[in-house]
Amino acid sequence: MVGGSVVEAALTILLDGLQFSSYLFIVSAGLTIIFGVMKILNVAHGSFYAWGAYTAAFFIGKFSDMGLPDAMGFLIIIAAAIIVGVILGFIIEQGILKYMYHRDEVLIVLATFGLFLVLEDIILIAFGTDPYFAYQPMALLDAVEMGGIVRDVYGLTLIGVAALVAVGCWWLLNKTKWGTLLKAVIFDREVGIAMGINVPLVYTLTFIGGAILGGLGGAYIAPTISVAPGLGTEVIVLSFAVVVVGGMGSIAGAAIGSLIIGILRAIAVHELPQVELFVVFAVMAVVLVFRPEGLFAPAKPRKI
Amino acid sequence: MQNNPPILEVRDLLKTFGAVVAAKDINVDISKGEVVGIIGANGAGKTCFVNMVTGYLAPTEGSIKFEGKELIGLETRKITHAGISRSFQVSQVFHSMTVSENLMIALAIANNKGAQALSLMDTPELRRQLDGVLDRYKLEDHKDSTVSALAQGVRKLLDIAMAVVSKPRILLLDEPTSGISVEEKFDFMDIVMGALKEDGVTVLFVEHDMEIVARYVNRVLAFYQGEIIADMPPKKALADKKVQEFVIGKEHHKKKK
Amino acid sequence: MFNDKTAKFILLAGLVLCIGGAFAPNWIVNQFMFGFARALAILGLMVLWRTGLVSFGHAFYFGLGAYAVAILDIELGVTDVFLRLLAGAVVAGTAGFLVGFIMRNYRDIFFAMLNTAISMVLFGIVVKTESLGSTDGFAISMSTILGFAPESKYPLFVIITLIGLTSALLVNFYLKTTVGKLTTAIRDNEIRVEYLGFSVAHAIHLKYTISTILAGGAGALMAMSLGQVDPESMINWTVSGELVFVTILSGPGNVIAPFIGSLVFEVLRTYAFELAPQAWQLIMGATFLTIIFFVPGGIWSLLEKLGGKKNAK
Repeated sequence: MVGGSVVEAALTILLDGLQFSSYLFIVSAGLTIIFGVMKILNVAHGSFYAWGAYTAAFFIGKFSDMGLPDAMGFLIIIAAAIIVGVILGFIIEQGILKYMYHRDEVLIVLATFGLFLVLEDIILIAFGTDPYFAYQPMALLDAVEMGGIVRDVYGLTLIGVAALVAVGCWWLLNKTKWGTLLKAVIFDREVGIAMGINVPLVYTLTFIGGAILGGLGGAYIAPTISVAPGLGTEVIVLSFAVVVVGGMGSIAGAAIGSLIIGILRAIAVHELPQVELFVVFAVMAVVLVFRPEGLFAPAKPRKI
Repeated sequence: MQNNPPILEVRDLLKTFGAVVAAKDINVDISKGEVVGIIGANGAGKTCFVNMVTGYLAPTEGSIKFEGKELIGLETRKITHAGISRSFQVSQVFHSMTVSENLMIALAIANNKGAQALSLMDTPELRRQLDGVLDRYKLEDHKDSTVSALAQGVRKLLDIAMAVVSKPRILLLDEPTSGISVEEKFDFMDIVMGALKEDGVTVLFVEHDMEIVARYVNRVLAFYQGEIIADMPPKKALADKKVQEFVIGKEHHKKKK
Repeated sequence: MFNDKTAKFILLAGLVLCIGGAFAPNWIVNQFMFGFARALAILGLMVLWRTGLVSFGHAFYFGLGAYAVAILDIELGVTDVFLRLLAGAVVAGTAGFLVGFIMRNYRDIFFAMLNTAISMVLFGIVVKTESLGSTDGFAISMSTILGFAPESKYPLFVIITLIGLTSALLVNFYLKTTVGKLTTAIRDNEIRVEYLGFSVAHAIHLKYTISTILAGGAGALMAMSLGQVDPESMINWTVSGELVFVTILSGPGNVIAPFIGSLVFEVLRTYAFELAPQAWQLIMGATFLTIIFFVPGGIWSLLEKLGGKKNAK
């Protein structure tokens, strides 16, 4: 049954890759929307992810201890993402970033790095350093056999959630009045203002929306991992790699970037574990060198 | 003046952007010491010509020789080294620095080529040169002002002063008087042209203002749709039918709008 | 080279430190060692920062310098402090010079990101390679000085101080040369710099290479001071972030600033860690935001104000 095991291995890699791509996409979609609209490369996005994961894990555990049904976990995940996104997004945008829009892009990156450090420690203070395990939603859904391999159903639903996010973003941008306004602001801020769009409000809502996606990525992945310090540190550089590869500010780019990086990493994990991290950042570096605007963003002329 | 061997020889210059022809069949010889006015309506190819001579745009075809040396393929800074300099329609200066600092940078780059760039910038010799430039371009009063706080006219003077510190043999000025008030324009041009004449620089300048053209140039190149339609002394050019129709008429029309 | 205020101050401060170090308690000597080792990297980042360039990946060069020391130690038993330092600076500087051919065409966040990518490539390799020590890293044997093995940290402290002093003097000189003065000018208008006859790419390439040599030297000195190397505290992107943090904290005003900023950082870290180990990053992040918002010139600008007031009185 050599042939069978090859197929099984390939299927495993494919599904692992898709799952990994899915969570990368959810997080990166938030990052890229914020960049596209506000031209902010938000390092603190890693913290939204970590906060989402911690908040979800904490309450899933609490509710389970209280004897509430495990199915509540899914509600908690969504609620955690929204609460984290709205609260942190609002405070950060209104409290800090609002005052920086006229400043240098690089300086704003630095400010979000400062925020990242602050938020990382508030997590430790709020949740402590011991890891959280919120396996209940995953246990609830059980496992399924497909093509000779056994997979957690929960992990597979992650792919569905990512697809929903992708379709949702597409629908919002292309089929709603809001999307038209947003695209005007993305195209040119001044044009947006001239059209009478309330740009500050668009910024606030965009930032909150992006933050919710960051939180959702963390909240949804929480049941599958041990939620421990340092979560945000890893995910933020991975998301950077995704948006750089796909093209910063593009949702489609984030999707394709996630797929490339997710599947490459899955192949590496199974076939050549030594290059697991290397391959992600090597792809990022190569894309930056040969196509700095990303693979799927239209190439723009360089300043000089 | 026609007996001088040309220092700039332009042959069969062509520039296209896709289907758009920005320059075509451009053949010009410029002699040392000439002051040439380049006129033409917007989009006639004037700035495109300046950009090609200074290496900012690569022509699609043709040749530009300066003192017998082919310029095409050289980067802008190599053309500066060769002895051609330019000013800009919108002044290109260091806006967060003072006038003196702007000029010091320009002087230091002009004086310290290659490995000399690793020698100290602020030398007494350079300060002496700085005073000379400030004096000739009437910039003393503004020397410690930050550029972003200066009036348009002063910025333009600085822009031109920075272009000449490399002691070019040819200077191209792109609309030197645009953005300068009617009252100031002759004073401004007197300062600039006086300083340039002293140095014996050959000048080509793009200009919309026919009063300026009539007063300062001794030869006119009129551009229309990327081609030179007239190459003659200013008096003749301004009276020329074609020039009147395609250049001055359009200018007039534009002003009315 | 020695005839300005900054240079005189550096020479004087070096003398005071070297003498004072002999009588200072061990923990103070340690703080200065770590502070000054890091300051070398900050000095290089300052050269870039003046031109508006921020690298979020200089841990690549810092790490190369540190790992050069470790690998020379393990493979060849090289323990001499000068050979180690030279190796760190040469390895990082060579890498920086080569990478510089690409980097010199990048600006703004693309510059920051490409540096991040390259540093994370190295991080990815080291973390997953057993022969490079993987996540644990290596311990490094004590440094010797021209064949003799010092009994205290003092000799290493003196060497680090002298290296820091020399580098500060060299960078101070560089910043006064024509190419060194091309900082704000490049930030303001690259087209004009080119038209004046200077290649912006060459200028940035030089600045970048200088910064990588210094970062490599810093990594080597840090490895020797700590006696160990590991990827998390030498190569990960958070280390690059920390270097940028100290650069902004110090301020770009003067070559002395990185040394003061690094010392403040060391002291801040030591005490914050003791008082509130879980709030250390919070304090650092909040300080960072405060500096960005209210003190764009960093600690140096505060000192200048203080000095200015005194002079006025």
